Amino acid sequence: MIRDIFIFLSVLALFSAVMTVFARNLVHSILYLILCFFAIAGHYLLLNAEFLAIVNIIVYGGAIMVLFLFAVMLLNLNKTKQITLSRINLFAAVISGGTLLLVFVAAIKKNSFTVTPAALSSDFGSVKMLGKILFNEYILPFEISSILFLSAMIGSIILVKKEHR
Amino acid sequence: MINYQSTLQAVPLNWYILVSLTLFCIGTVGIIYRRNSIVIIMCIELMINSVNLLLAAFSAYNGNADGQIFVFFIMVVAAAEVTVGLALIVVMYRNINSTDISLFNNLKW
Repeated sequence: MIRDIFIFLSVLALFSAVMTVFARNLVHSILYLILCFFAIAGHYLLLNAEFLAIVNIIVYGGAIMVLFLFAVMLLNLNKTKQITLSRINLFAAVISGGTLLLVFVAAIKKNSFTVTPAALSSDFGSVKMLGKILFNEYILPFEISSILFLSAMIGSIILVKKEHR
Repeated sequence: MINYQSTLQAVPLNWYILVSLTLFCIGTVGIIYRRNSIVIIMCIELMINSVNLLLAAFSAYNGNADGQIFVFFIMVVAAAEVTVGLALIVVMYRNINSTDISLFNNLKW
């Protein structure tokens, strides 16, 4: 049962990732990316990480995808000439990506992780427990990340703002 | 509700590693293959998400919630990165009227 859900979510994530790369239309590509993010959120639910699943949907499925779609709409890409993709590029990409995957799989095969899963407490990955960890041990990185967000916001506004000459 | 312990029993850790590594390699292929810079940023997001999935899997199998905090921070950094990256693409589009990455070569030599 759970194994079936895992296989379904994995196949969905891999398929939509491949379609993200190979879809010709940019908007289709973004929509496939959303599908992939939802599949990964389902994986988080399976892994008992409900907080991560919700944050993944809100941040990636909501904010970042709206940002992408807005950028595509603002750029008005249909008027510009279509970017042609060469076949030799495809061969180079698939060969190098496949070699990378081969190396990874060989590395896994060499030392297979036969772990016995640790016993999880019932509230593992819940918002309450993660909030306690986040605001006790990781409070300094949390505050620094808020500064990072502020600087990213200001930086992007300054970049996009029209220059007055 | 699903009994979460049963996920860890039913699915070996190697499967999660394999899925996220395959996602990572698909992202690599996309970065090398595509020339539209928006798609390249999307492929970078794909790779970041595959690493997030791997961290969450290790965290769950280890029974240690610190990995999930790391995933949270990676998401924060990824959101900031996408914001600035898309702003840069918009600025470059204003200059050369294209998002083709091979035309962004003013600083190349």
